[in-house]
Amino acid sequence: MSQLMSGAKILLECLAREGVDTIFGYPGGVTLPLYDAMYDNPIRHILVRHEQNAAFAAQGYARSTGKVGVCCATSGPGATNLVTGLVDAMMDSIPVVALTGQVTAKLIGSDAFQEADTFGITRSATKHNYLVKNINELPQVIHEAFYIAASGRPGPVLVDITKDVFQGNAHYTPVTSIHLPGYKVYTEGHTGQIRRAAQMMLEAERPMIYAGGGIVLSNASAELRELVELVDAPTVCTLMGLGSLGSEHPNFISMPGMHGSYAANMGMYNTDLIIALGVRFDDRVTGRLNAFAPHARIIHVDIDPAEISKIRNADLPIVGDLKRVLPKINAVLKELKPEAGERTGLKAWWKQVREWKEEHPLKPVVSDTEIKPQHLMQEIDRLTKGKAIVCSDVGQHQMWAAQLIRFNEPRLWINSGGLGSMGFGLPSALGAQVANPDQLVIAICGDGGFQMSIPELATLFNFGLPVKVIVMNNGYLGMVRQWQELFYANRLSQVTLDGFPDPVQLAGAYGFKGRTVERPSELAEALETAFADPGPYLLNVRVTPTENVFPMVPAGGAINEMVLGPPQPVAAA
Amino acid sequence: MLQVITLLMENKTGALMRVTGLLTARGYNIDSLTVARTLDPELSRMTIAVAIEPHQRRQLIKHMNKLINVLQATDLTDAPAVIRELVLMRVRAPQESRTAILKEAEIFGARVVDSTLEGFALEATGDIEKLDEFIDIMRSYGEIEVTRGGAVAVSLESKKLRLSPPVPRGTEEAKAEEKNGVI
Repeated sequence: MSQLMSGAKILLECLAREGVDTIFGYPGGVTLPLYDAMYDNPIRHILVRHEQNAAFAAQGYARSTGKVGVCCATSGPGATNLVTGLVDAMMDSIPVVALTGQVTAKLIGSDAFQEADTFGITRSATKHNYLVKNINELPQVIHEAFYIAASGRPGPVLVDITKDVFQGNAHYTPVTSIHLPGYKVYTEGHTGQIRRAAQMMLEAERPMIYAGGGIVLSNASAELRELVELVDAPTVCTLMGLGSLGSEHPNFISMPGMHGSYAANMGMYNTDLIIALGVRFDDRVTGRLNAFAPHARIIHVDIDPAEISKIRNADLPIVGDLKRVLPKINAVLKELKPEAGERTGLKAWWKQVREWKEEHPLKPVVSDTEIKPQHLMQEIDRLTKGKAIVCSDVGQHQMWAAQLIRFNEPRLWINSGGLGSMGFGLPSALGAQVANPDQLVIAICGDGGFQMSIPELATLFNFGLPVKVIVMNNGYLGMVRQWQELFYANRLSQVTLDGFPDPVQLAGAYGFKGRTVERPSELAEALETAFADPGPYLLNVRVTPTENVFPMVPAGGAINEMVLGPPQPVAAA
Repeated sequence: MLQVITLLMENKTGALMRVTGLLTARGYNIDSLTVARTLDPELSRMTIAVAIEPHQRRQLIKHMNKLINVLQATDLTDAPAVIRELVLMRVRAPQESRTAILKEAEIFGARVVDSTLEGFALEATGDIEKLDEFIDIMRSYGEIEVTRGGAVAVSLESKKLRLSPPVPRGTEEAKAEEKNGVI
């Protein structure tokens, strides 16, 4: 049974069929017919204040739920403003569908008002993109877009739709199947390889599990935990993988890499077998490549064949979905473990790893006179107990939060890992709160990134979203300042951020509460008050301006030669 | 050294841009590119000749295979394949060398497609190096104008005759990977 419907209505019908309940968007000229159709449609539209934040909010929604996030913008500037958010989703493999309006088909190429080549511009910013000029293609394309975004290695898909498609009418028949002959997803993993992998895991004397965002994306946390316990290997979670193994698990060693812990990096350096699961050997993890895990063989499991041996050659590659592959590995492990006998090397390995942990733990720095940024993160950790959704911006605060806040489940830690987009924290928290109305959602921002997204405070207020915005305010673009201090002779160039607005007045102007905290003694109470408040809350925490993030592997350095802390004064002889 | 890559892809708007985009994003200049539809009008076959740094080659083929519009991308450089190119050429030559030109053309299997008082238009096909030689020789007879068609290739491995093979194959390395059951 087909029905005569407008393109705009067909689009909304397809979205409903995909289970979309929320769109983050901003209207404009060519999307007028779409917004007219939305007027009496049950899908909720969250009106943000900038299209970039619509893309970030859709990511917050997607990252916290695993569902596809949807954002919408008009042609020209609306679409170009989405681009950063799309590239960000691409880098972190987040399923997002972006809908953009395009000028009427016959005007394309005529420099029409608000025309931009969105299809061309977003080609490399998306997993796939479409330009729809024919209303009859619309339903097929929309369902393909959702399928591509969510399946395989997830990613953003953009659908650019001309105004005449929204306005036109067509007989709509629900799409029952999609046809993508060139789209290949390998999920199962090779049986022989899986068996060999399990054998290697049991033979290794110094195994190390390196778990990344892929575990979170494939919802394979339970399967990972089982593997960790069967192999009994120390496990590091990358910045994107935090929470994939609960922070309180005895095998969890924290984060590796540039600002990873001593134990994690020493472990990665000295291991004889890296079990890499849903990771991409990012340069922020490996440091100088020829000094990364020089004694190790590599088992690499990933759903994307292009990740295998991209950076580090895999001795045993498995292409497949972790959710499907890990249970198979676990089954073989259970079968082989009784025959494996005593794994003597493993005991000594654990002793060594524990020693590294004790030697240089990630200990928070606390002062009586000023709030140390680490102190702030420690207090947030103490009050949230690994259960809150924490959305971070990009910079020093992101690293301290990753080091010191525990996450007992996946999808609680939301941050821009690959692209490192400043301004991400507040809008992603907005999206996460929309998706999780009853959960405590915290946005941790620096004073730099926060000021990139200030307008979204209005969105928080409009929709009654009780996000707790915590600004770790050091008056600097801290991470850049840190590098200028350490590597550019402390010539601080364009990193001072003066003129931070008074948070009481700022939040007050938007209609909710704000506060500045300056003394360590007030900190716990201020956080408790903010978390207990039923509405959004802006907390401006003044921290030590020149604190640096340690440990640190300088760019291009070897991970076993990390700088553990600021230079110590030489003791008098 | 030029690599020759053959792709079976959907005959759709933007498909070409996606493939060339992978190359331009990495700063590679395409030496030649040919594309035309296959027996199935919904698919097209593309042949690209491009010099890619050796360590990037396999990675790039994997990325081409990841493109939604690409059914199969194969590196034919080191695989059994026939690679041919078409050249159309005008030679301006004085009366006394006309016979010699026709003789040379015959040696290279070229056909005369137009003949005027000033000279000839010739059509030649062959492998790329052979055509380079042909062009060099013709240049010695006088002024020439050349349009090259770009490399087209067909693999000689029988399994590649399948129309919708999902798996990238080609180099020895890829075969080893296949044997080990990576994909």
